[in-house]
Amino acid sequence: MTTLLQRKRKRVDDLAGGRSLTQEALRRLRRDPVALTGAAIVGLFVLVAVFAPLIAPYEATQSFPQLQQDLRPGSIPGPQEGFLLGSDQLGRDFFSRLVLASQQTLLVGVLATLIGLVVGMVIGTLAGAFGGWVDTLLMRVTDVLLAIPSLLLAISVAALFASPSQTSVIIAVSIVGVPIFARLLRGSMLAQRDSDHVVAATALGVRRPAVVLRHMLPNAIGPVVVQATLTLATSILDAAALSFLGLGDADPGRAEWGLMLAQAQALLEVRPALALYPAAAIIVIALGFTLLGESLREALDPKGSR
Amino acid sequence: MTTSLQKTPGGASTGEPLLSVRDLTVAFTRRGEPDSVAVDGVSFDVAPGQIVGLVGESGCGKSVTSMAITRLLPARGVRVTGSAMMDGVDLLTLPEAEMRERRGRDLSMVFQDPLSSLNPVIPVGLQVTEVLTRHRGMKKEAARAEAADLLDRVGIPDPRRRLDSYPHQLSGGMRQRALIAIALACRPRLLIADEPTTALDVTIQAQILELLKDMVRDTGAALVMITHDLGVVAGLCETVNVLYGGRIVERAQRHRLFATPRHPYTNGLLGSIPRLDSPAGEDLVAIPGSVADNLPWASACAFAPRCPRAVGVCRTTTPEAETSGGRLLRCHNPVPATAE
Amino acid sequence: MLRFIVRRLLQVIPTLLLLSVLVFAWLRSLPGGPATAFLGDRATPESVANLERVLGLDQPIPVQYVQFLGRVVTGDFGTSTITGEPVLAEIGRALPATIELSIAALVLAVALGIPLGYLAARKRGGPLDVSTVIGTLVGVAVPVFFLGYILKAVFAVELGLFPPSGRQSVAVDATNVTGFAVLDGLLTREFDASLDALSHLVLPAVALATIPLAVITRITRASVLEVLNADFVRTANSKGLTPGTVRGRHVLRNALLPVSTTIGLQVGLLLAGAVLTERVFVWGGIGTLLADAITLRDYPRLQAILLLGALVYVLVNLLVDLSYAIIDPRVRLS
Repeated sequence: MTTLLQRKRKRVDDLAGGRSLTQEALRRLRRDPVALTGAAIVGLFVLVAVFAPLIAPYEATQSFPQLQQDLRPGSIPGPQEGFLLGSDQLGRDFFSRLVLASQQTLLVGVLATLIGLVVGMVIGTLAGAFGGWVDTLLMRVTDVLLAIPSLLLAISVAALFASPSQTSVIIAVSIVGVPIFARLLRGSMLAQRDSDHVVAATALGVRRPAVVLRHMLPNAIGPVVVQATLTLATSILDAAALSFLGLGDADPGRAEWGLMLAQAQALLEVRPALALYPAAAIIVIALGFTLLGESLREALDPKGSR
Repeated sequence: MTTSLQKTPGGASTGEPLLSVRDLTVAFTRRGEPDSVAVDGVSFDVAPGQIVGLVGESGCGKSVTSMAITRLLPARGVRVTGSAMMDGVDLLTLPEAEMRERRGRDLSMVFQDPLSSLNPVIPVGLQVTEVLTRHRGMKKEAARAEAADLLDRVGIPDPRRRLDSYPHQLSGGMRQRALIAIALACRPRLLIADEPTTALDVTIQAQILELLKDMVRDTGAALVMITHDLGVVAGLCETVNVLYGGRIVERAQRHRLFATPRHPYTNGLLGSIPRLDSPAGEDLVAIPGSVADNLPWASACAFAPRCPRAVGVCRTTTPEAETSGGRLLRCHNPVPATAE
Repeated sequence: MLRFIVRRLLQVIPTLLLLSVLVFAWLRSLPGGPATAFLGDRATPESVANLERVLGLDQPIPVQYVQFLGRVVTGDFGTSTITGEPVLAEIGRALPATIELSIAALVLAVALGIPLGYLAARKRGGPLDVSTVIGTLVGVAVPVFFLGYILKAVFAVELGLFPPSGRQSVAVDATNVTGFAVLDGLLTREFDASLDALSHLVLPAVALATIPLAVITRITRASVLEVLNADFVRTANSKGLTPGTVRGRHVLRNALLPVSTTIGLQVGLLLAGAVLTERVFVWGGIGTLLADAITLRDYPRLQAILLLGALVYVLVNLLVDLSYAIIDPRVRLS
């Protein structure tokens, strides 16, 4: 029954400015507390990552004899002079590792998302732009990849590597995004193939690759950006899950929140902070990306004018 | 079985209005933004058995008026003032539960888009019988028989079988007929039809209008016809209210309105529809601009920016509604009356 | 309706074939090749050569694929490199535990998620709605295994309300009938065993239910909001139907259509989540088998679970589609 009201308001909105959809979306985002919270969280984490070497007093791999001498089974030195958050299980400065881990965690999340995005985009664009048997084949494969539960998919790819490394984690996690991005791009391509501006461009003699690249891809950007933002969150969570299952980076010196959390599980009763801080960091950054992605989705949805 | 004519007590002859709307104002409120007034002090009467038109282009407030009277506007974000008296009570201030008792029984509505207005996952039959069981206390079997009868009366062939059909299995015209059957199920005394033919083919449109007319005549109900289409009005309504920018700008008997439109907007509307009696070769004239150009009623005539007859005063002074000879007019510089 | 079922069943076949191709390709890509991978620590040059002959690895690839398909169809997934047992037998033993946990989690998620999402939508913008939306966003951001550990630390270790791990207490001498611990207790009238199994089930089920709960709540809320704005709900109101009828017959019925699909999709999530949850709570189901297989690089087991996981997911989605056709006449009759 509010459809009428919504139409009414839409009309009012349209009248109010006659702004483009993107401007309208940005305007809505700036007033949306959810979007602002998400952006603030992500912004803060990116800042920390950029300035991590300046914030962290020590190297991630540096261990300290004064901490190590107090390390005992069932006891890990807590906060003390010079070590804000105390020691980790190997006598390294926990605070420095926690701060420096922001770089590695964001790196894993961003790279995994980017790889998934690029591969998925290529598959989806090819399928959607050409249709026919190319489409059928590519989409069948995509469907099967979607049919495998995402963590299982990541696990099986990670298992293909003789020994786990940062690269194997990134690749394994990126696979999860491939079918999702492929479907998204294909749907958008299909929707546009018969639309007026594409037909017009084709009729004007613009060559096919140019039509796809210049006329069709740009219009699919909105949903892709939304999905990529959400995938950043799930990538970080998936990477943490792989670490927990022993498929994480095997480098013991690497400071990454998922790894730190996985390594600290056994020490939950000895020093909960070792697990709680990295966990909190993962939860907050995943939440930040999710909030940002969801509010972007809502803002870009033409129906979504509340 | 119940095809008998049922004139309501205090029937058409007394002239006592069935529905009397006074100063109806509807404003949409939105935090951080000024209220947007969709309906601005609308008043009109509907007598039993009468067909009254509410005409105007989209955005003029005609649908909002009907939704306000039936109280189907969302509770939040909307402010409704004024009154709508029916049977001596103000529909606008009735408790929600009592309003629900009346809706579908005393007054009912037919909506514009028959596909989306019917529940897609429920058979048409149940969508008819649920009104009967609710308001007429009928048992399931009796309600089914009555529903089949209703579908038959609105011209749906093979009604018994159609009871078990789903909306998507019916044609657009059939769906609209089904919606009308639902609206008429409890023989309401007031029927409000909101653009009931807009989503239909032209030939089907004529059939549906004919059906509405017949149904109103048979049951003695009053009909408020909401439309942007003066062609619909021409074949149906006795009295026509022309709305612009949320206010009634002209009201007259149908034949008088068509013969001598006084408000430039009405004149423009008439000029923009093809007429059989107009000289061959005469061009149709569209009204320039859109509602986006409206001026605020508070200090001007909203139509002035689009009006071919606008004079200086139109942009500085609100035109008041004046009634003379059964015609209401809200205009500083009306079209001269010719043969009246 | 029958034609719809048949058509939908036929659609599953190419998906399954393609899945088998992918798994076959995966096997071929294992580090050191399938034979070495399958033998694990026991691999000697002779045993590798032997297994390569048995697996037909000296044959052309298409022949290998057909042989692989034959083995898979007959349930021959090889023997676990950890226990030396046939993988299928291991899985059969562990399956009830995982099914029990998954059903418990799904029931929890559905029973809480649908009412919560519905109430949130009806009072849009109210305190319940706001906290529900925040809850669903946070719910998907928490790593499942971490949540498991926290639940365990608080409710098992600190408060002692529930057992910290396992499916049954050692002290309870339960009879095994179906492998479903709670059900077994009921069947054999050993109610204390049932209760014991139930108390073991609570924490892992809650941990596993979190993400499905968040997703189901969100979808329900969004779906109800959309239906509340639908024209046919306006029609229902214009008929003067009681609020109960409008909600039950018109709003909920339509709103639950997309929710039912979502519930089907959750089965895949549950499987993945079970891997993590089972490890935290030492549950002894498929997830534990898989986690051990990863740690100890037990590829035959990994292959079997991978295939079965995808198979279950495909079949559940088939079921969801079919049930969807029952609820929604538009699908059934089109």
